[in-house]
Order: sequence, then structure tokens, then C-alpha cells
Amino acid sequence: MADYSLPLRRYYAYYTVGFFLFILVLGVLERHGMPPRWIGYSFLFLTIFLYATIGVLARTASVSEYYVAGRRVPAVFNGMATGADWMSSASFMGLAGTLYLTGYQGLAYVMGWTGGYVLVALLLAPYLRRFGQYTIPDFLAARYGGNLARLVGVFATVLASFVYVVAQIYGVGLITSRFVGLQFEIGVFVGLAGILVCSFLGGMRAVTWTQVAQYAILIVAYLVPVTILSFEVTGIPVPQLTYGQVLQKVQVLEERIFDDPAEVDARRLFRERADGYYTRILTLPDSLEEERRSLSTQINELKSSNAQMREVVALERLRRELPKTSEAARAYWDQLMREAGQRGALPDHHLTPYPGAAEGVNNTARLNFLTLVFCLMVGTAALPHVLMRYYTTTSVRDARRSVFWSLLFILALYLTAPAYAAFAKYEIYSSLVGSSITQLPIWVTSWGKIGLVSIEDINGDGILQLAELSLNPDVVLLATPEIAGLPYVISGLVAAGALAAALSTADGLLLTIASALSHDVYYKVLRPTATTQWRLVVSKSLLLVVAVLAASVASQKPATILFMVAWAFSLAGAALFPALILGVFWKRATPTGAVSGMVVGLLMTIYYMIRVHFDAIPWLGIHGIGMEPWLGIQSTSAGVWGVAIGFFTIIIVSLFGEPPSEETQDFVESVRYPEMERW
Amino acid sequence: MRLERKQRDYWRRNLRMTAWLLAVWFVVTFVVSYFARELSEINVFGFPLGFYMGAQGAPLIYLLIICWYARYMNQLDREFGVSDADPEE
Repeated sequence: MADYSLPLRRYYAYYTVGFFLFILVLGVLERHGMPPRWIGYSFLFLTIFLYATIGVLARTASVSEYYVAGRRVPAVFNGMATGADWMSSASFMGLAGTLYLTGYQGLAYVMGWTGGYVLVALLLAPYLRRFGQYTIPDFLAARYGGNLARLVGVFATVLASFVYVVAQIYGVGLITSRFVGLQFEIGVFVGLAGILVCSFLGGMRAVTWTQVAQYAILIVAYLVPVTILSFEVTGIPVPQLTYGQVLQKVQVLEERIFDDPAEVDARRLFRERADGYYTRILTLPDSLEEERRSLSTQINELKSSNAQMREVVALERLRRELPKTSEAARAYWDQLMREAGQRGALPDHHLTPYPGAAEGVNNTARLNFLTLVFCLMVGTAALPHVLMRYYTTTSVRDARRSVFWSLLFILALYLTAPAYAAFAKYEIYSSLVGSSITQLPIWVTSWGKIGLVSIEDINGDGILQLAELSLNPDVVLLATPEIAGLPYVISGLVAAGALAAALSTADGLLLTIASALSHDVYYKVLRPTATTQWRLVVSKSLLLVVAVLAASVASQKPATILFMVAWAFSLAGAALFPALILGVFWKRATPTGAVSGMVVGLLMTIYYMIRVHFDAIPWLGIHGIGMEPWLGIQSTSAGVWGVAIGFFTIIIVSLFGEPPSEETQDFVESVRYPEMERW
Repeated sequence: MRLERKQRDYWRRNLRMTAWLLAVWFVVTFVVSYFARELSEINVFGFPLGFYMGAQGAPLIYLLIICWYARYMNQLDREFGVSDADPEE
């Protein structure tokens, strides 16, 4: 393999150096007055052009190249590609913010998204590679003899991957609209073009090599700002090591800020506001009428007294935005009540695990933490777009090595994310809180304009209290370059990195969906006689259709987008994990057992998610289906029930049936044992 | 397929190693996190131990587990003269 991977290393080394030069040139141009918008455009179009070039160069007409990159991707490069495939816009933009907002609790994501690779390495990757077909449903069909298992596998694959890909395309829309100023919907379709150029012509082969390129960009973009910030704050440019000290300073600041009298007062005012909304919800529908009347009186009073026009307009907008029906008013006020209640609550200490005053609260927090870690891990080990990558290595040995490289490259980001949260918190607690509201730093106002930071001086003292500041999680990463006082070119770099993270994950997911539909449904079930050429045509057309469909859903801005990502893990884990694991490690698992286990696990998870998260589904005319979560476990960890009942069902149903055929048992052995020299 | 003694031996050693490493994984993930509040008393590198394990300790141990398994199994393959290391099987 040396002859194949050596030039590759050289190409990617040139490429990385070239990218650094490009940043340098842009930095110099910015000094000489290049406007930020142009820098944004340069990053957007240059990187997409780069990916397109790789995509076109790697075009292919061979089935094996198209689905599994010819099975000759060296372990290191497959590791990088898996890293880019794995780290989505949620990891890149959202994780640092989640850690900022929730402190220790957010570490569930760090542990869950890395620990899943232990399961992949020990229980799945080598066996799937030895099996050596194209998709995950392929494995299910071979192991559980038949198309029923295959189709259930396809359904779970498509469901989980589609939910996930919508979130990625949504992320692309956000990035392009924030940094380049494109309209959100246009941004979505620019992103779509970026995704298609990578995967359309060359399938897995093109996706693999663009993902390697995307990994380089995203990791540079993630590490540069926080490294510089670490150097500025502590004098050591290794944020992963220095943020411990910073967190100790944060802890001291927390003690002071949380008990500050003005802070206590601001929190009380927010709680009173929340109570006000609660009373209004209880007295519906009269309270809605009352609210409208009182707004009208205020507007009239203002108009008659020489008040500023701006205030009148603001109140009129408030009156216009008031919900029309009492049903809508309930939801509207409920939302506002929650927001006010959250701001009025005593904030948690960053370093404290399972915070809360009562032991019951601690225990529920702990249970939710542990179950979320479990679901994320099992989901990681069952998401088909990751597992598929291990079909592309040259050998079983390389598959094992490749998981190591994958996790190494992934850790570069995950070990840094808590540092982002720590530095941002330190900056905000030490210099932002307590400053005058008229003299806030530029990053607060500029991100405030697009609604990512909002400030409300509720106690009217002209000073910013912590309770008066509310942040969108994404801003923690996006604003770090500005907090560190870096030139705009670094912000452009961060945007390019976020774009790379979202595009690479979307590529992998789309290809997985298209492969499941074209290879498993079309070729294996509907038309086994189809020619190679025709199979590729079908696959490419499906890719196009699914991509456009996902982009249209994303452009609707679905409200539950963040939950959907967590749900994808629970869905994939519950449907696929038990069947895959038992398929390798338990010969006695039967086709009937596996199919019923997958179906029951999936249904269980969906049932729990829907009933815990929604109280009503208006477009189906269903109301009042909400239920109390079992043991207080939230809907994002629904998979814990699904996985448990999935394993249970497979085992029970299998034990009641006939043992699997001789052929199936031989198959299991062929996956377990390598070919050995006879002796 | 009739299993040979050698193959059974290979599989047993694989299973034993897998079980050990999964046990480590389980302890690091769930047992340590369960006692995170109690572990906050201890300090490492300026972090409370509970927080450190979640943020860096556990992920690094995961990496070691995977590295160990890959080396062990690849060594085992060589020991048993297994042939599927070739690029084209």
C-alpha cells in the first residue's frame, strides 16, 4: 500500500500548506482594507470550489468504487474521513455552547460521542469488514436470511439518516446567512450544491477524499481561535491543558456573581414575570382580551403624551404579535413563561455534576446523564454512515487500526470543546457581567443584531447582570475570534470550518440513504438483474431526489431541529444495535427474532419520544397524548428503552423458534474467524 | 464448516480480550460518572476528578482501549498465520 498512500500524503500536505497561505494572503488583504463580506465570500466559494475539484477528479463508473471507494482507503485517511463524516455542525458549533450553558452535564456529549467508538472497534468494525459487502442492510440480510430483515434495516437507516441530514443542511443555511449575508433559503441551496458536487459523480470514493480535505479545514478552524485565546489569557498556547486553571477562576467568579444583590434582584424580577404568565395562562381566554385592551390603552396614552415614535411602534408590534386564539396564546405564554423562569432560576456551577438542591433532583439529573451517554454511544455504534466507512479499508487489520485513527482525529475536537466553554465563561463573567449596558463590546452588539445574544435590563440599573444576558449556544464558538480580538479573517476561517463540518456529514448521510435505497431496495429486492450502469444511474438520481427533499424540509426551519439530532441516535441505536451485535455474537439469534426485535425496539423508541415530547400533533388531529416520563428520563434518551426491549425481544423470540439454519451458522463463523492455514 | 481447534482458540482469546476491554469501558464510563459528585473532592491538573474524567480522562482511555485491541488482535492474526491482511482478499 505504500506506493498508494505516499503520494496521497504529499498531496494533502501541499494542500494544507496551500490553505494556510490562502489564510495569510486574506489576512494581508484585510489589513489593506478588504471588506469582511468579501472575505466571507472568498472562504465560501474557494472551499466549495476545492471540494468540487476533488469531487470531479474522483468521479467513477465502477460499482465498488462508487459504494466503498474500491476498498483501498489507507487506515489513516479513512480515520480522517470518518472524523469529518462524524463531526457534524452540532459538534462543531453546538457542543462548545452546550458545555457553556450546562457545564458538567454537557460532558455527556463528549463521553457519548467518543465512547461509542469503543463499541465500534470491539464489536462491529472488524466483523463488518470481514463480511465485506456494501451496506448495513446487506449484513442484516445475509445474517438473518432474507429481504424482510433487509427492508427493516433500510427503513431504520433512512429514518435516522434523513432526520440527521436535515439538521446538517439547516446548519449550512445558518452559516452562509450569518457570515456571507445570504438569505437563509438561498444559503440552504448553495449548501446543497456544495454537497452534490462532492458526492454525485464519484460516490464514496469522491466523498472519502473530500472528507479528508474537509477534516483538515475544520480542525484548523476549530483549534486556531481558542489556541490564540489561551495564549492571551494564560501565556500557554495549549487550551486543553490550561482551561483547568481558567475554570478555577470561573468558580471564584461564580461565588461572587451568583450572590450579588443586584443579581438576586434581577432573578426575582424574572420569576415574577414567569408567575405573571402563569396567571394569564390560568385565566384564559379572558386574559387574552385583557392583554389586548391594556396594550391599546398604553398605546393611546403614549400617542397623546408626546412620547417617542419608536416606543409606540414597539408596542404596536407587540399587540400585532399577540396570538389570535386562546389555544395559541397558551403555547405562546407557556414558552415565555419557561424562558423567564429559566432566567430567574439560580444558575448552576460549571464544575458541579448533577446540580440541584434536593437529592431527588440530583438523582434524576444523574440518571438522565447516564442514559444520554448510553444512547449516544449505542447510536454512534449503529449509525450506518459511520459503520459503512469501515467497509472501505483495505483489510480487517486496517479496519481495526482505522477506528483508532478515527477516534484520535475526533478527539482533537472533542477535547478542545470544553476549553471553548471555559474561556468564553471566563470572559463573560470577568469582564462582561457588571459592565455598563451602554458600553458593551462589539461582539455582543453584532451578534445581538441577528438575535444570537439578547440583553434585557430588567431591574433598570443600567448595569448588565448575568441573569439579564441570554445566549444562543452557537455564539460561544462563533464569537470567540472576536472575544480574542482577532481579525475578521479568523472568523471567516471558523465559518469555513463549520461549513466543512456540515457538508462532510451531509455527504456521508446522503450517500448512505441513496445506497440503502438503490442498492438494497432497487437492486437486491426489486430488480436483481439490473446492469451495473443502470444501478449507478438509479443511485445518482436517488441522491439528487433525497438531497432536494432534505433541503426543502430544512428550508422550512422545523422547530424541533435540535431534538431531532438527539433522536436520530436513539432511533438508530434502538433499531439496529441489538440486531447487529447479536448477529455476530449469538449464533442462536433467528430471523424472526431479529426482525421482531428491530421493529419493537424502533416502535418503543418512537412511542416514548412522541408521548414525552409532544402533547398534541395538530396536523393529525391528536390531542392530549403527553405523558409523564418514566423515571424522569427525557425524550432525548428514549433509546434506552428501545435498546433494552430490542435485545429482550430478539432473545425471547429466538429461543422460542427453531435454531437458525446450518447455512446461517456457517455465515456467522465466516464473519468471526479469518481464513486460516490448515494444519 | 467444521471448526478446528485453532479457530476455537482464536475466538476464545478474542472474546476474552473483548470482555476485559468492555469492562474497562463500562467502569470508566458509567461507574466513574455515577460517583462524579463524590470524586469532585479530588483534584487533578486543576480539575475536580469527576469533571476531568468526563472531559478528558474517559475519552483518552477509550483511545487506549481501541489501540490496545487493534494491536492485540493484529498480533493474534499474525500468530495464527491469518491470511486476510492482504489488500485484495
